[in-house]
Formats: sequence, C-alpha cells, structure tokens
Amino acid sequence: MSPGDLFQQVLEVVIAVFIAPLLVGWVNQCRAWLQNRTGAGIWQPYQVLHKLFRKDAVVAHNASGLFRVTPYIVFASMVLAASLVPMLATALPFAAAADVIALVGLLALARVFMALAAMDVGTAFGSFGARREMLVAALAEPALLMVFFMPALIARSTSLGTIVEALAHRPFVLHPSLAFAAVAFVMVLLAENARIPIDNPTTHLELTMIHEAMILEYSGRHLALMEWAHALKLVIYSTIGIALFLPWGIAEAGDWPGLPLAVLAITLKLLAGGAALAVVESVSAKLRIFRAPEFLASAFLFAVLGVLTHLLLAGRA
Amino acid sequence: MQIGSFDIATETLPGAAKAERCVVDFLGWLELAQAVAAADGHLVAIWGVDDRDRGRGFGVRVAYGLPEALLIAELPLASEPPVYPDLAATFPAADRMQRAMFDLLGLQPLGAEDDRAWLRHGAWPRDVYPLRRTTPVDTDHVMVPEVYPFVSVTGEGVHEIPVGPVHAGTIEPGHFRFSIIGERVLRLEEHLGYKHKGIEKRFEGLAIPDAARLAARVSGDSTVAYGWAFAMAVEAALDHRVRERAAWLRALALERERVANHLGDLGFIGNDAGLGFALAQFSRLRENWLRSNAALFGHRLAMDFVVPGGVAGDMEDQVERDMRLQARDVEVEVLHLRSLLDDHAGLQDRLRRCGVVTPELARRLGLTGLAGRASGVARDLRVQSPTAPYDRIGPRLCGATDGDVAARAAVRFDEIVESLHLIQRLLDTLPPREESTPLPDAKGHRFGVGRVEGWRGEVLVALELDEGAVRRVHPHDPSWQNWPVLEHAILGNIVPDFPLINKSFNLSYAGVDL
Repeated sequence: MSPGDLFQQVLEVVIAVFIAPLLVGWVNQCRAWLQNRTGAGIWQPYQVLHKLFRKDAVVAHNASGLFRVTPYIVFASMVLAASLVPMLATALPFAAAADVIALVGLLALARVFMALAAMDVGTAFGSFGARREMLVAALAEPALLMVFFMPALIARSTSLGTIVEALAHRPFVLHPSLAFAAVAFVMVLLAENARIPIDNPTTHLELTMIHEAMILEYSGRHLALMEWAHALKLVIYSTIGIALFLPWGIAEAGDWPGLPLAVLAITLKLLAGGAALAVVESVSAKLRIFRAPEFLASAFLFAVLGVLTHLLLAGRA
Repeated sequence: MQIGSFDIATETLPGAAKAERCVVDFLGWLELAQAVAAADGHLVAIWGVDDRDRGRGFGVRVAYGLPEALLIAELPLASEPPVYPDLAATFPAADRMQRAMFDLLGLQPLGAEDDRAWLRHGAWPRDVYPLRRTTPVDTDHVMVPEVYPFVSVTGEGVHEIPVGPVHAGTIEPGHFRFSIIGERVLRLEEHLGYKHKGIEKRFEGLAIPDAARLAARVSGDSTVAYGWAFAMAVEAALDHRVRERAAWLRALALERERVANHLGDLGFIGNDAGLGFALAQFSRLRENWLRSNAALFGHRLAMDFVVPGGVAGDMEDQVERDMRLQARDVEVEVLHLRSLLDDHAGLQDRLRRCGVVTPELARRLGLTGLAGRASGVARDLRVQSPTAPYDRIGPRLCGATDGDVAARAAVRFDEIVESLHLIQRLLDTLPPREESTPLPDAKGHRFGVGRVEGWRGEVLVALELDEGAVRRVHPHDPSWQNWPVLEHAILGNIVPDFPLINKSFNLSYAGVDL
C-alpha cells in the first residue's frame, strides 16, 4: 500500500462523507424546481445537521444500549461502505479487503441494527417501520446481488475495483446485459434509499412511513447521524451505479493527473443523477406498500435477465 | 305535516330555511324517528337544552332533514334524572351526539348501547355537567385522566396501534386506535374531543354581534357556512329579511370558500399518494384564490364577512370583472390538472377502490355532504331546499356512486367547476345596491334555525334568543355524521392507506369537539 493510494483512499472517503448532504440538498432542490417551488436551497441539509448536532438527544426511558449505539454503528458502516466504492480512483487499498458481496453485507448490517433499534423502544411506529423495511430489504437484497453478479461475470471478479477497471478500460461496447442490470439497479436504489415510489422521504404521515418510522424516536445528535448516514447511503448507491454503468473518467491506479478530471466527472455525473432522481420522484406517485414486492420482483427479474443475456451472448462477445 | 303514513301537527318557523317545529312525547319521539327513517329522511342533529330556569326542565331537540323541510322535534324531559329514548338504534349517527350531550348536560339516552364518555376525557368529574345553566363557568377541575375502553379485537396475530392525538405532522388532534393483522385493518375506533373548549357554554348571554363572531370560528375552514347559518338563524328568530344583494354576496363568499377548500384537499390527496406535484399546483391556485378573498372580503377566509342582517362591506364594481376572469382562469387550470391526474396511472392506482363506502352503507349510516354525494347520497341543500339566491341560479348536483377516494376527488373536481360557474351566474344576476335595514329589536324568547350547505356538507345552527341576547346556540357540523363512517371506510384496507382515505373525507375536529 503506497502512501499515494492511502491518500486517495482517505480523500475519497472524506469527500463522500462531506458531499452526502449536498447531494440530498441538490435532489430536494431539483424536486422543488420541478414542482414550481423556490425550494430551501442546496445547503439546507447541512443546516439541518448543524441544528441537530447542537440539540440535546432525548432518549426514551426504556431504551436499551442498542438504541444509543445504533446511530454510530449505522454511520460507521456507511463510512466503511463508502471506502469500498471507487468514486474517484480504482486503486483503493481498503477495497481489496471486501468485495461486492461483503459490501451488500455491510449495508445489511446497518439495516439490521436500524430495525432492531426501531423496535427497541416498543412504539408501534418503530415496529411498523422495521417490519416494512425488512419486507423491502428481503426483496431488494437478492436483486442487488444479482445486479452485481452481472458485471462481476464480465470482469471475472467480485472485487469492485477490478470490475470498474475492467469496465472502464475496455473500448465502448454496448452490453445489453448491462442495460438490464442498470434498470434493475435504479429500481433497487429507489427502494433502498426510501425514495418514491417505495417510500416518501418528505412525508409527515406516520402511518405510511418506512425509513422515517424507524428513526422517529431519534433526536439530536443521534438523529443527525442517522440522517447523515442516510444521505451517505444515497451517495454510495449513486457512486456504485456510476462506477458500474458510467465508469468513464475515473482515475486508475497511479493516474495522478487523471484525478482532477475524475473529480469533475463524478461531480457532473452526480448532478445529472440527482436531477434524474428528482424527475423520477416528481412524476411518480407512491406505490401501495403491497405493490413494493411486485416492483422489486421486477428489479430482480431484470437483473436475472441481464445475467442470462450475458451468458447467452458470452460466446459471441 | 305528513311523513309517510305518520301525521304530526307542526308549526312552520319563519326564516329563509324551510323548517317545521313540533313537540312530541316519549313515545312520539321514537315513532317520529321511525317514520322519518321509513320516509328516507335523515338525522341532522341532536342537542339538549336546560330550560329549568324557564320552569320547563330539560329538553332534547332533534332535527330531521326531509325533502319538504327541516323538522325540529322537541321532547321535554320531566323526569329526574332526565332520560329520553335512544335514537342510535334508528340513526347510528346519533350515538356520539347523545354521548356528547350526556357529558355536557347529563341527559341520558335510555337503551343506548354505548355509554362511554365522548368529550369529557376526565377533564371534569362525571357528575358535573358544564352546559347546565346552574354550573358556574369559572370552576377549575383537576384533570383526572380516564382510560377509554376501546373495543378490542382478539385473535392470533392481531395487535393494536394507537395513533395520536399528537401526530408527526402539524394537524388537529384526534386519537385513532387501529386493530390490525399485518398491514390489514380489522377495526378502527376514533376518539375525539381533544379540542373541546366549551363553545356552546360560551355562547350563553352573548350579544348577537359577538355571538356571530364566535359562530364564525366554530370551524375555520367553514367560516362562511357557519357565519351564514348563524345569520340565517338570527334573521329567522327576528323574522327579518335580508336585502337580495346581501344574499348574493353571501353566496359568492360561500362558493369561494367551497372552491378554496376543494383546491386544498385535492392537493393534499395527491400529496398523500406521494405526488408532490399535485400539492404544489393546487396550493398555488388556492393561495392566489385566498389572496383575492382578502381583497374582496377583507379576510383570506372571508371570516366575519357574513353578519346577522347582511354582510360586512360591499364589492366594488371593478372587482367584479377580476373575479370573473379569475374564475375562468382557475377553471382552465383545474380542468388541465384534472386531465393530468386522471391519466396518472400510479395515482389512480392509489385512489381507486381505496376506502370504499358503498351507497347502501352510506345510506344506513347517514353519510352526508360531499362524502355522501360521492357514495350515491344525492343530497345538496342548494339543489333540493334552495334559499335565495340558489333558487334563482339553479345549481347542479354533483355526485358519484363508487364511494372510493377517487370518487370523492372526482366530486370535488365537479364541484369546483360548478361553483366557478355559479360565481359567474351570481355575478350575472347581482342585484343593485340597496340601503340595508337594521335588525329589529328582539323581545322575549325567540327561536330560529339556519341551515347552509357548506363545502363539507350541511351546517346547522339552532338559536334561542332571550331579550335580545343569546340564550343557547347549537352549531352542528356534518363531520358528526361522517366521522363514524370513516371507521367503516378503512375496513379491509391497509394501514398506510389511512391518511389518504382520511384526507379524502377531510373532516373537522374543531367543529365536533366544540
């Protein structure tokens, strides 16, 4: 592990953590524009975090230690996950330690703790949120794994760095299988990040919430960490999507002059991705919760189709 | 008056609202209820009076809506403790009105199945009845929280979720107890009364102008309807006819109130289905609409525009053109939005077959107003018992029979367009200005009733005057009838659909908690 690689690794994690609220702010601002509203501005999530960190954390009397440590575990899992995803450069020393399956596991770890903490206090809404989250997760996770298997087959590796290098390196070839996987990935991204049409991040209706219901009992710094981790999750998913399906511009191992270009490329891609997310959210209504399985089953189907297409066409490619 | 085969001697009350009054005895109370039910009449309101200081003891009053007129029956109660025959067996909507009446006045329905407190919440002792004239207003009671015995559902995997009275959003307080299995709702029980503030007691002894201001604040979203119903009751009690122009201006305010509320509701129905676009668009329309209200009536909601004897202020001639243009613009925009929302597959999937109230259920439970019209209860006071100016401008009845959220949204769309047309017609026929005549002095004991089709449904104000001051006012909100039906509308649906169903009814908490 060279000091240069380590620097790239630290730089990437720091950038991911600190731009996470900005991406959420950007999506919200785009949504506001699409609804002919002025919007709160792209810096609003930072102000919310600032406010929450200054406030006292109120914890229920019957909350166990699990409730208190969960925000830290969730936030740490997300930071670790962010360090595995090649955002600017493919040479990430940490990435060697875990492949895409471990990444999915890391995201699942955060989710399990959130669900347990949601049920910890014993309010009806926490249990509701946890139950629904598990319903969504049980369907989203296999679909996500399937999505990862497809590029993994192309690159013949489950390490994200290797996959991205392989995809970015080869000349531009239209992979029909990648198109299927991309559609599946976007659907999983919407479900996993509590976006419309599965969940509504701006809702105030406690009976319809999924993600919001799980964190309803949190306040102060705990809530800030949960919100921040949630924003970071969106960045992780977006950068995974970009790395897998639009990898061009990423800096490869030792490619120092390519780094500024990589920063520019990822910025533009995140801006475009955020705007696209806002469009999807603005034109859709929320699905009835029992339609969520259908939605995610379609995602799984697309991912399987991607793998099948790849295997069928493998001989010719 | 002939009700089916039942014949009863009645006295016709003066006033704009066609109303008859009769006095019945214990048996007649029940016979009348059954005759009204058989003649397809509906229960409008039940309220109690304490006339012991007038040497008459307690009494209960019931108002029935019949095609010909409003029928008010009075039952004097001589016994101690005061009891009267239960009406909830005939009209299920009577249940909560009777329970509230017991909490406030101690009048007991004989044979009623449900005798749980409704409004009291332990805020005052069980044997104190605040609305009795002998109970002093300024008594402080220590709040002793009481456990409200909800009906529980048992079985494998069934559990309860308590929701409210404090909600995650800024809305009015109400408690909803869901018994669910998974996400499916087996039973919903509401408990309201958190906004009880003693409005009926407050009315006692007020001068008419003050009472009119209080009546306009019973339920803020229906302020014109309440203001008009109260004014109508005062004018009936004093046998005073308002100038035609005043009636026209009142109708303009009422139709504008209807449009404003429907616009807001449609936005929120879209928003609760996750379509923020609808909320943004309808909120914009509503906001512009309310701003012109402020210019027209001096208040965004036209609060206190309707006053007993006429209206406060008049309209400049040049704003008439603006109002016409605005009505036309809003119609174009609303129709455009309607076509967008009707074609939105995702939204329609949420709205259709969601929260269904079948026409049979609606009729049996007495669903009324807008929600009733969406479930095939084709009733609209403006159409069937029109007062001036509705008898001259011929409003059309809007309705649907599906009884789901989509139907309630569709009726709102239809009514917006109809109200915009009515606004044009009201402006076409607007009578010239006249010198208004002052209200006559009121001597002795007078009774009057006002009845107005507000945006939510039929608003009733029953008023008693004593030597020119208010003796007793009972304002009745259509939400009394519709809240219990909401408990049925959710059955078989899933929990996350409740906010959407609730919003499609959009009932008043303040209007029933009084």
